[in-house]
Amino acid sequence: MTLSNSAPAPAAGPASGPATEVVLEAVGLTKHFPVRRKLRDLFTREHAAVHAVDDVNLVLRRGHVTALVGESGSGKSTVARLLAQLYPRTGGDILLHGDAVTVKGGRRFRAYARRVQMIFQDPFASLNPVHTVRYHLTRALKIHGNAGRTADDLERALADLLGRVSLTPPERYLEKFPHELSGGQRQRVAIARALGANPEALLADEPVSMLDVSIRLGVLNLLRDLKERLNLAILYITHDIASARYFADETMVMYAGRMVEGGESETVTQNPAHPYTRLLIESAPDPDRISGLTADTGDRGNGEPPSLINPPAGCRFNPRCPNVMPRCTVDLPPRIEIGDRPGHWAACWLYDPATVAAQQPGSAAAATEEAAR
Amino acid sequence: MTGQPVLEIRNLDVDYGLGDQAVHAVREVNLTLHRGEVLGLAGESGSGKSTLAYGLTRLLPPPGVISGGEVIYHPPGGEPYDVLGLSDRELRAFRWAETAIVFQGAMNSLNPVHKISTQLTDVIKAHQPNLSAAARTARAREMLRLVGISPDRMESYPHQLSGGMRQRVMIGMALALEPQVVIMDEPTTALDVVMQRQILGQLIELRERLGFSVIFITHDLSLLVEFSDRIAIMYGGRIVEEAPAETLYRDPMHPYSQGLLGSFPALRGPRRELAGIPGSPPDLRAMPTGCSFHPRCPKAFEPCPARLPILGQPDAPTGGGRTVACWLHPARVPVG
Repeated sequence: MTLSNSAPAPAAGPASGPATEVVLEAVGLTKHFPVRRKLRDLFTREHAAVHAVDDVNLVLRRGHVTALVGESGSGKSTVARLLAQLYPRTGGDILLHGDAVTVKGGRRFRAYARRVQMIFQDPFASLNPVHTVRYHLTRALKIHGNAGRTADDLERALADLLGRVSLTPPERYLEKFPHELSGGQRQRVAIARALGANPEALLADEPVSMLDVSIRLGVLNLLRDLKERLNLAILYITHDIASARYFADETMVMYAGRMVEGGESETVTQNPAHPYTRLLIESAPDPDRISGLTADTGDRGNGEPPSLINPPAGCRFNPRCPNVMPRCTVDLPPRIEIGDRPGHWAACWLYDPATVAAQQPGSAAAATEEAAR
Repeated sequence: MTGQPVLEIRNLDVDYGLGDQAVHAVREVNLTLHRGEVLGLAGESGSGKSTLAYGLTRLLPPPGVISGGEVIYHPPGGEPYDVLGLSDRELRAFRWAETAIVFQGAMNSLNPVHKISTQLTDVIKAHQPNLSAAARTARAREMLRLVGISPDRMESYPHQLSGGMRQRVMIGMALALEPQVVIMDEPTTALDVVMQRQILGQLIELRERLGFSVIFITHDLSLLVEFSDRIAIMYGGRIVEEAPAETLYRDPMHPYSQGLLGSFPALRGPRRELAGIPGSPPDLRAMPTGCSFHPRCPKAFEPCPARLPILGQPDAPTGGGRTVACWLHPARVPVG
């Protein structure tokens, strides 16, 4: 479907609908950025491209936070921008309430943006330095038709928005310019602006990584509070897997443009299945490991992410993987259920029934039986 | 090897600007770095931690001014001297040979139009002019090997290396003249966690091999707890607590340290509700009276807004080897 302008009216209230309702879904989302061709490639058939995002499936539910974790360059921000329809996609579908949506701009883009809003990483850059908080918020309210009819309505809506992000009393902040606010306050204004559209889904691209450590949690707790009160679906993009565990219900791990593991946050962080997730968790700073510091000697998968112009065949982690098997360099691993908790999966051949059977000859019969089923 | 001081900072004050307009970025800092030690310096942006590092190496860009105090350097087997009193010529010899800095965002501090080899040998050329070109190149190759980069990359330009490799080149460059003190200002903030761990692991290994001391500046306290021997926490230009890493992690005394430690979600153990610290960091132009943390402090009581707590050894069973500036733990033995 395409978004008609009259459709959102009955369903627009963000508090409507059951908590598990799917708001936004990505199916096989793919984005390739073309690489500029050199003169000598002019007559070849091949078009080089950066495979930024390949075959990403993702579901955002009402009142649910989904975290997308990955290193820089893994394509996590590209996923957010694709979902916000800021980039045209190369392949796949974006489903809003089950209907495929493609918007390029204009009225239909606005109708989409009314329901799916984005928060950017850097609140120092995402607010216009020459305009006041009042201007930023009024604009969001007016564009998305939430300003009411009279000046009083607008005033009330502004106070309400600032109240939601705990910037109270509103009079103290409305006439301020961005440079007069601290980083945390600026990010709150950016969140208030996103809420001005009264969205159903919020795409937060590293919303706290530019903020001081002592105020990060304040912003995360605010987002969680908003999620509960407004029943928002939130996509939380981060490189800090510990904060994903703290904040998100569900965690997905991305590596080199592909999803490698997903499941409940607690399961993914406590029982990581994919070798890359394990590496990521082992590498995170851990104060409890005070005396256990050893220089990196183990074969845990050190090294760097691959070039995305010519990604490795098979599993993209195979050049670094400590458990690499011949099959990994040839076939792309599909999502395989781990089986410890419902919904926990990894794209790794280690969990393929055939591999499991080969490793444990005793249980081979059982595994083949399971595979046959 | 530890025990003797290598760098002593005494009552250091650093201002930005002059006269009444001056902003006091670092105030009355006392800190001692021992030989072979990793000293962590943690704090939020604007707490003065980078200013302190630039101040003690006299690299402060104007309008930064060192308005008081001394920085005593103890060369191995020589007479200690005050870095702040060095002439320009002496200072040039002191920098890099005795103290090296790895800057914030170091991977962007390589010159993009020169090869790595040129940049590495340049340092050696400036400080050891009588070394032959072949010896310089050999030394540069050795430095690259030391930080885990194949010497074949000598002829690469910075853009041909990844961020992690550039960062390693910077660390290699800092170590080229075997300095006694290496100051690292947020050396791994721009890197991914996997790369961060590799580089820090390598650094610790090198320290054990070469025996230099490190001042490690970062806002990531959880990283410091793991990697450093002692930690000093700065707030509003002053050191508010200093303790061995483990003591600080297990039993932080200053409410700010407690808040900072409580700001990092844990990856292991039970999932708890965390609060962070309410409010925002102080404005250095209008510092609160008394303890500068009192407007944000959950435990503030009547002396806090009025009088400044002195950094000193607290009167507590775990008081050995640590200092704190808080009225909850009044100083028994003031420092300085």
